[in-house]
Amino acid sequence: MGNLLVQERTVVVPGEKIAEGLDYLPANGAYRKDDFILAGRLGLLTVDGRAVKIIPLSGRYMPKRNDIIIGKVIDVTISGWRFEINCAYSAMLSMKDATSDFIQRGADLRQFFDLGDMVVAKIVNVTSQKLVDLTTKGPGLRKLYGGRIVYVNCNKVPRVIGKQGSMVSLIKNATGCKIIVGQNGVIWIDGEPKNEVIAIEAIRKIEEESHTSGLTDRMTEYLESKCGKFKQEQEEQPQEEQ
Amino acid sequence: MAYTKRVDGRKQKEIRPITAQAGVIKNADGSAYFKIGNTVAYAAVYGPRELHPKFMQDPSTGILRCNYNMMPFAGMGNRVRPGQNRRAKEISMVTEKALLPVVDLKEFPNAVVDVFIELPQTDAGSRCAGICAASIALADAGIPMKDLVSAVSVGTVDGTIIVDLDYMEEAYDASVADIPIAYIPSTDELSLLQMDGEITKDTLLEALELGKQACREIIEIQKKALKEKYLVSGEENE
Repeated sequence: MGNLLVQERTVVVPGEKIAEGLDYLPANGAYRKDDFILAGRLGLLTVDGRAVKIIPLSGRYMPKRNDIIIGKVIDVTISGWRFEINCAYSAMLSMKDATSDFIQRGADLRQFFDLGDMVVAKIVNVTSQKLVDLTTKGPGLRKLYGGRIVYVNCNKVPRVIGKQGSMVSLIKNATGCKIIVGQNGVIWIDGEPKNEVIAIEAIRKIEEESHTSGLTDRMTEYLESKCGKFKQEQEEQPQEEQ
Repeated sequence: MAYTKRVDGRKQKEIRPITAQAGVIKNADGSAYFKIGNTVAYAAVYGPRELHPKFMQDPSTGILRCNYNMMPFAGMGNRVRPGQNRRAKEISMVTEKALLPVVDLKEFPNAVVDVFIELPQTDAGSRCAGICAASIALADAGIPMKDLVSAVSVGTVDGTIIVDLDYMEEAYDASVADIPIAYIPSTDELSLLQMDGEITKDTLLEALELGKQACREIIEIQKKALKEKYLVSGEENE
């Protein structure tokens, strides 16, 4: 009979014994050694049926299929664009995945995306060698004009977005800014300069207090004190940021 | 005549007092502070990130790159020339090899994980303190690791086996053996074993056992440092 040696939803460190016996199975971030399941990285322990997995609490962004990210054009090649996506690997956007418009043979690709442009894109494929392919065909995928960029820890992105985008729409409603959150921890904010600053402060606050419960209520309070009463509309469209 | 009383009054198997803390350098992906007695080490981990120069890239795995550096004022009053020298290069290399058996960088082909170890103050055992700090920092950076590594020095002073030598003991005016070791508890393996001085086989084996024991104590302190940083985030609810 196998049993868990540490409580579920606690922090485990590499090499820590999590479970004993063959009843549990090691999943993401855990590994088996003889009769024990050990932690293979630092993170939060979760048990899903028989599977034991570890949710990362820190670390750089790793590209994942179907993630919506914000990238910056760092190179224009003969058949597409290369993007910097806030991780160890750069991503490629090929001409045919970029637009359904007709592109003249030999056209200067910089008229579509120029060096330094920020673009919302979706990851279509990641190979074992971490070659990343992007697409900008799809709802909400586009080039970004104006606004400003802030970076957050990519492990905190789910918290910034909130359940069904509750947190991000809260900030949108309060500040009137347009906000897009990339899964890679890059956030684009566009609005009144004064309100952009408030939005950034709010995001920093979420990042700092991401571990506490009742954060949404406190953020409502915080934003009301900064921008006055705002109407809490339920978000009308499922947002660009998943 | 034998070395029965240690210079700083410690017991034979007693290690110096340790303080450890994770996440001390905000700009780094992972970092740690590790102080054992008067030896202080900081480690900062950056990455996985793109590796340059490109010829160093390995398509089968990510690589680990360690850099050990003593600060100019770190020694016993004489200015230590900072930067690369023969000794620093060697320690950088052995540190890398001590950590490599536990880190798994297969997921990061062509990339690099950089570990910077800085020592603002040293009193012997600096490579061991560096390895301990680096191990905490790597875990803090979320790098996949099989286990933590801890390190300590063991040795003999005038025939007496002792654990965690300080500078006074290393420089003691009698026959001294100084053996820094790094230990991986889950597999019961040593990933660093160097020696300065002379020792018999039996004494060496006995000393290594004591060293492992001390390492197991240090591992607990390293684990505690990591858990303290993430304790609050453990209550996270999604």
